[in-house]
Amino acid sequence: MTNSVAEIADNEALFVIGSNTTENHPIIALRMKEAVKKGAKLIVADPRRIPLVKFATLWLRQRPGTDSVLLNAITNAILIEGLEDKEFIAARTEGYADFVQSLESFTPEYGEEITGVPAQDIRQAARIYGSAKNAGIYYAMGITQHVMGTYNVHAVGNLALVTGNVGKRAAGVNPLRGQNNVQGACDMGGLPNVYPGYQKVDDLGVKEKFEKAWGKTLSGRIGLGATEMTGAMLSGQLKGMYIFGENPALSDPNTTHSLKAFANLEFLVVQDIFMTETAQLADVVLPGVSFAEKEGTFTSSERRVQRVRKAVNPPGLAKADLFIIDQIAKRIDGLGDLNATPLPEEIFAEVAALWSSIAGISYGRLEKESLRWPCPTKDHQGTEYLFKESFTRPGGKALFTPVPFVSSKELPDKEYPFVLTTGRELFHYHTGTMTRRSAGLNAVAPEAFVEVNPMDAEAMGLADGQKLTVSSRRGSISLKARVSGIVPPHVVFIPFHYREAAANLLTSDAMDPVCKIMEAKVCAVKLEIT
Amino acid sequence: MINLTINDKAVEVVEGTTVLEAAQQLKIDIPTLCHDPRLKPFGACRLCIVEIGGMAKPVTSCTTPAASGMVVKTNSQKLYRLRRTTVELLLSDHPNDCMTCIGTGDCRLQELAYFYGIRKNRFEGAMRDHNRVDANPFITREQNKCVMCGLCVRVCEEVQGVGAIGYAERGFEAKVIPPFGQDLNCEFCGQCVSVCPTGALSARLWSGKPRMEGVKFTDTTCGYCGCGCNLTLRSHGNQVIRVDSAADNHNRGWLCVKGRFGFDFIGSADRLKTPLIRKEKGGKFESATWDEALDYVAKRMNEIKGKHGPDALAGLCSARCTNEENYLFQKLFRAVIGTNNIDHCARY
Repeated sequence: MTNSVAEIADNEALFVIGSNTTENHPIIALRMKEAVKKGAKLIVADPRRIPLVKFATLWLRQRPGTDSVLLNAITNAILIEGLEDKEFIAARTEGYADFVQSLESFTPEYGEEITGVPAQDIRQAARIYGSAKNAGIYYAMGITQHVMGTYNVHAVGNLALVTGNVGKRAAGVNPLRGQNNVQGACDMGGLPNVYPGYQKVDDLGVKEKFEKAWGKTLSGRIGLGATEMTGAMLSGQLKGMYIFGENPALSDPNTTHSLKAFANLEFLVVQDIFMTETAQLADVVLPGVSFAEKEGTFTSSERRVQRVRKAVNPPGLAKADLFIIDQIAKRIDGLGDLNATPLPEEIFAEVAALWSSIAGISYGRLEKESLRWPCPTKDHQGTEYLFKESFTRPGGKALFTPVPFVSSKELPDKEYPFVLTTGRELFHYHTGTMTRRSAGLNAVAPEAFVEVNPMDAEAMGLADGQKLTVSSRRGSISLKARVSGIVPPHVVFIPFHYREAAANLLTSDAMDPVCKIMEAKVCAVKLEIT
Repeated sequence: MINLTINDKAVEVVEGTTVLEAAQQLKIDIPTLCHDPRLKPFGACRLCIVEIGGMAKPVTSCTTPAASGMVVKTNSQKLYRLRRTTVELLLSDHPNDCMTCIGTGDCRLQELAYFYGIRKNRFEGAMRDHNRVDANPFITREQNKCVMCGLCVRVCEEVQGVGAIGYAERGFEAKVIPPFGQDLNCEFCGQCVSVCPTGALSARLWSGKPRMEGVKFTDTTCGYCGCGCNLTLRSHGNQVIRVDSAADNHNRGWLCVKGRFGFDFIGSADRLKTPLIRKEKGGKFESATWDEALDYVAKRMNEIKGKHGPDALAGLCSARCTNEENYLFQKLFRAVIGTNNIDHCARY
């Protein structure tokens, strides 16, 4: 998030697109509801009638996969109405002229044709967002999990830039992070192209810096992304994997394909707290510990670094994950004292010395407070919102990126006439390894379902609660129908938490060419009553 | 700015401040039962009454805006007697079962009874009988213990925006219920449980677990979504028994159903308890010692590295694990194995 959660309540307008916030970020959603109570206008863009729609001034029901066209059309309407922030554009951006030209064809009427959102609603959204003194955009996987996911994010950024809604309080471009520490895992260099702190592995100077710090020769070659690893396993390029606290055998789109890939590995180590679907495929399973059994830090969506503290001892022989990783490193290397385990605070200090944005953060300070990076010095109070003075590009200006119309890879046809979109529900988390083992949560949300619009149900002769087989080109699952106007006609929704009816057996592994995200939000399926 | 005097002390406050808040600025303690600074003032419990010069009767300080020149008294004999009587009336139809009540030690009514030394009650008479069994798996209601402070109703409406519960009946029969007296069918965020000042609302998961004796409090961060809510884990021995969140943190004490009630996976019987090795493809897992497992992993990974080079190995670190673990994991791959084949599930 460029901005912070507490600021949301002070937004004059909010634009939530591709985020089912009340279910997936319930506490962030409270600030949105607070803003609405205080008089803010809320625009929700989602093919589903998500619970947040109840609080919205305007709901745009775009066709799945047409987000960038919707965003372009709104930006176009802002320009038509003269609501752009000329001063901001002149002072703080580049590439505006080309961008304006690229927008020409994205009229509200064209937007209506492609997205299904009435042109007048597109204009109204432009007026609400464009005329607010400060407006924030909030998005999640509904924007990113598409073959044009990178373009979608650019379109979000363009809209914010054109109205000068970046670099100021209670505004911004705010991706909401799905897991407790996605932010931290990225910050710490859990990515194939960057060291900790987003420092590029293929930058010679950076590589030298880390070689010196770690006392090792490093590879300057960008590694494989998670979604590329599947192909590399199948081709035999990858022989061994070490998976720590992840369950790709249930969370990967087109899971059948990934299962084949894992089976092709010579050696797989999985470190987890449960015998997950992925652990079942492993050669070695290492029992790690839950968040309640360890010391460390998590970094939330708003870049807030916070302490995690140990409350109870782990069960059986399970060991702190830091111990396990350290031991494996030392035993592979044949170096280091096996009787010593690094303390979390020492490791944090090591990262802080390598990445200036957290140089001012230490366990000593975190004992009393939580801090949002950038926090470069010991007396720095952390940063509420980013890009106040300049952007992180050479020259300090933000760049407009023209966004062409790109269609989803797999659209419905005669054989597979429905669009499947996937997501989460309030009572479960990701692949359900934790929430499905929490009795209360599993009691109120015990089984998978597929939402089907009443119109489609009637045409099929389908009753609420009846069993359906849902099939795509990649797989087939059987689950109960939930007949509901939450989904529009010809679109069905399945939450992906349930291993016994795993939505990702159906989803497509078509990839965004830039960031290698898979298109989990749109694929074609057929429904059969069983 | 507004200047007023409370208990002979001068205080300056901004416009819109209530007399209660002004007193709190001076660190003057006024008892309350229905007040929560995160919610709108309500004025139900009458415990925060104060005397204001020029006003005929005591007024509730939580609903009275501070005004220039006000002279406020918060601690007279008369106020003490009135407050004591109010607590006595609240207790007159309250089940006197603190010994076995889940709220004991965490109950504002109990504290007030203790503070005013109420052992015998002058107002003996009928007791309410609102009890009913809740079938929902999260929230237990013992409505005989309800003091009608309205905190639960207000938090549900004002903060959560759900409005799952409201007031029904009048007078002695008044109670807080979901529509038509049905069982709760809401988001189960438990905000209502967290603000209840008595044992009227509690969590099913807490039932039968230690209340205060031997309970350890650990401040930490939620392990579910990216909101980063602060949690206080209450544990007893080796078991997490309750999750709370302090009202003065960045999530203001509010949690969702997963954060508040989704913690029993920690003590699940399914937890992995020992390293497991499968020596042959398709074979069975066998328990191993840590040394066996760790050496085996190192040996196999070194073999692959030796035969096919470092880029034949890859790692997935975790968006659910700590910064320190993620750092060490990527360092293992980059510095020890020598590959940048490292990623995690940011895209799922």
